[in-house]
Amino acid sequence: MLVWSRPGRMLIWAVFALLFGVLFLAPLAVILLSSLAEQWNGVLPSGLTIEHYSNVVRGAAWNAVNASLITGFLASALALVSGTWAALALRVQDATLARVLGVLFFIPSAVPSVSVGLGLLVAFSHPPLLLNGTIAIVMVAHFVLISAFTFGNVSAGLARLSPDFEQVASSLGARPAYRLWHVTLPLLAPYLVAAFGLSFALSMGELGATVMVYPPGWVTLPVSIFSLTDRGDVFAGAALTMVLVAVTLVLLLGLERVAGRQTRS
Amino acid sequence: MSVPAFTGSNVMDVDAAKIRGAGSNVHFDKVSVAYGAHVVLHPLTLDIAPGEILAMIGPSGSGKTTALRAVAGFVRPASGRIRIGATDVTDLPPYERGLGMVVQNYALFPHMRVEDNVAFGLRAQGADKALIGERVKDSLATVGMSGFSKRYPRELSGGQQQRVAIARALAVRPRVLLLDEPLSALDAQIRRNMVEEIAKLHRDLPGLTILYVTHDQTEALTLADKIAIMRDGRVSSHGPTAELYRRPPNRFTAEFLGRANLLPVTVAEGAAGPKGLATAKLGDAVLAGVARGEKPGDKTLLCIRPQHLSLTGDEEHTNRIVGTLREVHWQGELTHLVLDVDGTPVRVSATRLPVSLPERGSAMPLFFTPGDTSLVPEDVRG
Ligand SMILES: Nc1ncnc2c1ncn2[C@@H]1O[C@H](COP(=O)(O)OP(=O)(O)OP(=O)(O)O)[C@@H](O)[C@H]1O
Ligand SMILES: [Mg+2]
Repeated sequence: MLVWSRPGRMLIWAVFALLFGVLFLAPLAVILLSSLAEQWNGVLPSGLTIEHYSNVVRGAAWNAVNASLITGFLASALALVSGTWAALALRVQDATLARVLGVLFFIPSAVPSVSVGLGLLVAFSHPPLLLNGTIAIVMVAHFVLISAFTFGNVSAGLARLSPDFEQVASSLGARPAYRLWHVTLPLLAPYLVAAFGLSFALSMGELGATVMVYPPGWVTLPVSIFSLTDRGDVFAGAALTMVLVAVTLVLLLGLERVAGRQTRS
Repeated sequence: MSVPAFTGSNVMDVDAAKIRGAGSNVHFDKVSVAYGAHVVLHPLTLDIAPGEILAMIGPSGSGKTTALRAVAGFVRPASGRIRIGATDVTDLPPYERGLGMVVQNYALFPHMRVEDNVAFGLRAQGADKALIGERVKDSLATVGMSGFSKRYPRELSGGQQQRVAIARALAVRPRVLLLDEPLSALDAQIRRNMVEEIAKLHRDLPGLTILYVTHDQTEALTLADKIAIMRDGRVSSHGPTAELYRRPPNRFTAEFLGRANLLPVTVAEGAAGPKGLATAKLGDAVLAGVARGEKPGDKTLLCIRPQHLSLTGDEEHTNRIVGTLREVHWQGELTHLVLDVDGTPVRVSATRLPVSLPERGSAMPLFFTPGDTSLVPEDVRG
């Protein structure tokens, strides 16, 4: 601790609690409250109900959860494989080529997601690459947006990996594939899990590009929330938002446990 | 320490080596290594006999690791060939060279138990289960780590990790064991023990050829059959350990190996007598030293080790020089003195001091035996 005096420390804690409360907890609490509100005209809702939840559950909620989970899983898995592959491949290239390709990989994350969506829409609206109106174009959009993160995570992990491990493995007679599978990937595992979790969370919350490209019948959670609130159904939107938060949280906590087991062993 | 029947046998085939448990020789044939335009290893020719421990020592950046990694296959020579036994390995990938390697920070695989670390090489090579089990047991026993097979590396001390790293390298029955500063991450006490254990290991596996890179001269002197001293990417000297220590061929070797005193002298008479002693002049003093073919008038260096300088003369210690006492450092079992002899600092390590030591700044005689000296040519730098 940099601050030693007791009052000083309490003050810092108070400021921290206030900031955290206002910036992080308050919005979440308001959404939670409105998802349970009968009517909300005054300072507080006039009554509580679970009607919005039962409505969304009976309505589009399951389809949206389904679409989001499948999109998130497939896009993240694809991004994990290709990001890892790219990071491993770039490592053996000479430094300048690696840097140029590394920058290329980061371009999608620097471009606004709406532009990525629009770009894909335009690019894939004509044969032979006619993806417009298919589920695949949603996957592609998510993949493009999150692959930079997996690549960045895995590259960071590789950069920290001492070359000694792989060299000792080679000298003991391990061929490249065996070495990759039994040494490099296990040592990278914590970074791979983190990359996968981050991609999944990003994908679960992605709106900008998805809204440009999604086909009917593949409405992800953020898109549903957006259209509900757009129609003025704020309470239902809030209920669905809580579903999104819950699903993402469960997912990340699960992955964290996997990662924890990985690093412990 | 090499097995006599195999000494110098460049033609021994790999299978024979495996059957008899003997190592192979390692031959550097004009091997050079460059990073871009920066030459870090000038054409190096060097042979390590089967079963020999060669210690490669030298200052930081002199190319020791580079030479070792060229044998392992992680550095590609710009020119020259490397042979292990009868095989030219220059173009072979590391995993086909049949070596064991141990690095400074152990590099045990953190996600595997000790036994899986040791089994790694054999599994990678597709050996059968029974053999793996047996070898893992053997190798761990060799390094005294049998009780630790179920542990993870992070549950071991540095010294224990290093033993496991050595066991892992031995389990594949390597033709050559490459050790790159294997003890430098350990503290002094454990390092001394480990040096003794590596010596013991080599007594148990006399056929194993070892390239041992270090910049600790004590490790080199204790373990090595031969020493190669590296300097700026070249071998400055190479020879049997004791001989290199007793008769260093140049100034760099004399100073690097045991911090010898080197007095600039002028040869008066060349070698004479059964002991091959020459006489040389240092100022007014006439000294006898073991010659190396010098001629009268040659300017050379007289090498004398700090522990061979005595503060009292007798019939053996016939050489006498006088210096000015500069510093005295008492270190328990030894006392280190520094004197100034004609402008050259001279170190003395004395086990016993006279009852009264002269004041700092006063003159003091030193005595030594001609047989403990050797004449060393000044370095020709190139
Ligand atoms: N990958 C590399 N790229 C460029 N130069 C390198 C590389 N690796 C080593 N060098 C250079 O090669 C020279 C020899 O390095 P090397 O590692 O062989 O030294 P060393 O004798 O093992 O030193 P130390 O005792 O510090 O380990 C050094 O000047 C070093 O800077
Ligand atoms: Mg080195």
